[in-house]
Amino acid sequence: MIRISQLDLTRDGRRILKGIDAQVPAAGLTAVIGPNGAGKSSLLHCMAGLLPPSAGTITVDGTDIVAARPANRARLIAMLPQGTPVVPRLSVADLVAFGRWPHHRGHPSATDHAIIRESMIAFDLLPLADRRLDSLSGGQRQRAFVAMAHAQSTPWLLLDEPLAALDPKYASDIMRRLHAMSRPGPDARGVVVVLHDLAMAARYADWVVSLKDGRLFASAPRREAMNGASLTALFDTEILVDRLNESDVIMVR
Amino acid sequence: MRRVVVAIGLIGLVFASLSIGAADLSSDQGGAFLLTVSRVPRTAAALLAGAGLALAGAVVQLAVQNRLVEPGLTGTPEAAMAGLLAITLIAPGAPLMVKMVAASTTALAGTAGFLLLARHVPRQDPMLLPLVGLIYAGILGAGVTGVAWSVDLMQYLGTWQAGEFSGVLRGRYELLWIIAIAGGLLYLAADRITLLGLGEDRARSLGLNARQTLLAGLVIVAVMVTATVVTVGVLPFVGLIIPNLVSRWRGDNLRANLPLIALAGGTAVLASDLIGRLIRWPYEIPAGTIFAVAGAAIFLWLLYAAPSQRDARG
Repeated sequence: MIRISQLDLTRDGRRILKGIDAQVPAAGLTAVIGPNGAGKSSLLHCMAGLLPPSAGTITVDGTDIVAARPANRARLIAMLPQGTPVVPRLSVADLVAFGRWPHHRGHPSATDHAIIRESMIAFDLLPLADRRLDSLSGGQRQRAFVAMAHAQSTPWLLLDEPLAALDPKYASDIMRRLHAMSRPGPDARGVVVVLHDLAMAARYADWVVSLKDGRLFASAPRREAMNGASLTALFDTEILVDRLNESDVIMVR
Repeated sequence: MRRVVVAIGLIGLVFASLSIGAADLSSDQGGAFLLTVSRVPRTAAALLAGAGLALAGAVVQLAVQNRLVEPGLTGTPEAAMAGLLAITLIAPGAPLMVKMVAASTTALAGTAGFLLLARHVPRQDPMLLPLVGLIYAGILGAGVTGVAWSVDLMQYLGTWQAGEFSGVLRGRYELLWIIAIAGGLLYLAADRITLLGLGEDRARSLGLNARQTLLAGLVIVAVMVTATVVTVGVLPFVGLIIPNLVSRWRGDNLRANLPLIALAGGTAVLASDLIGRLIRWPYEIPAGTIFAVAGAAIFLWLLYAAPSQRDARG
């Protein structure tokens, strides 16, 4: 479980996160939602231990993530930040292999190679293994990055807007895989995703953390946090939630 | 097969470099002397300087995640010259090693200054950072020139600024072997620097100490560039063109490509030196000038043939 208490973040004199208290359950997929500039990405960076908070504490499975040594942190949490403008010219196999870096620090063992292969299989990347990232489509490339984070074999996987600029086909493909990774089982991961697409959140999230103006708006099971009234208040625009074929449908008026 | 061709080409180039020059090797008993005092050092210097600048370029490009940056656009040589100038003024008789350390230190500071600037440059337009670097290097260079002029050391400055190998003799180029050592250290850090090229956040989430890695990379860049400036002078474009060509062909995995980058850089500079020696034989054109002419053409090709880096968000 990730426990966030009294989290404050100030950057360049601006208070980005204000007194956040929230918990993310270890099992399942958690969506972080909220309007632009609400602090979603900053919160995720804090949870990943990449951004030291100005005040407050964050523990991940009991470990103080701010104080954790980078090498230990990287075996507890894998974080996929938003892409850099330059696409690295690495082969898919090389990229996924770098996901094992926290475990071998440059000298991969047979186990590492086996896990790299497993991750490539899990994300249907074997046929693309020797292709370079700059020759792939955006959806394939994102799949490779998620596979890299998968190969890191951490109990937690955090992703910052992994669906940005993806077609619905690729976006739902990524979400299905993330959802599958978070199902209970011997290899279950806690998956936390910053999402802009409310339909995706409604379809796949078990738990929702919503932010507004740097404050916690809700941290609750999805059905509770994503009803029409609360989404309308969260985004300051009328949003309806209806049931269709056993699933929630989001309509923005 | 390809490797054999490349190896034969390089050996041929080295052989040509050893045998071509204003003086005749076979004329009298001085042939062996000429070879060991001038031709071998000159050939080694060209290979080492080219390798060092190309590797430095590759490191800088990964460190700032911008393929259009090279050591000449990060203020590194200008900062090295500032250090050289300072040590020449403070302790004119200082041994070469002391000068090297002083110049490497200022080169490191100058490069770090560029990186601090780079943090505030928006990443969306890849052309912006090289422009900022151009201005930064220009300001540093102007300062150095101003000081050199006021203390009447413009001649020194001239030898640092124009990269050429005609003055390379035994006993005056050995500092360049530092590049081989730095290259070896770089090989050990290569995976870490490749990770840095994935972006700071991604590298850190893999448990990499990004600051430490960046510093190590910058020290290596500063030492390589300074060794070149001190012994043969600035050779522009090498650090830009060679890593870009290798990256297009073989990708960004630094550990896998490091030998190739070094080899390509060394070969290109040696070839430039050789062409410079031949075009107006028995006079010489500086290797830096030859490479800059060829490099400008290749750079234009890279710019126009390269797929846009902007549309691709990882």
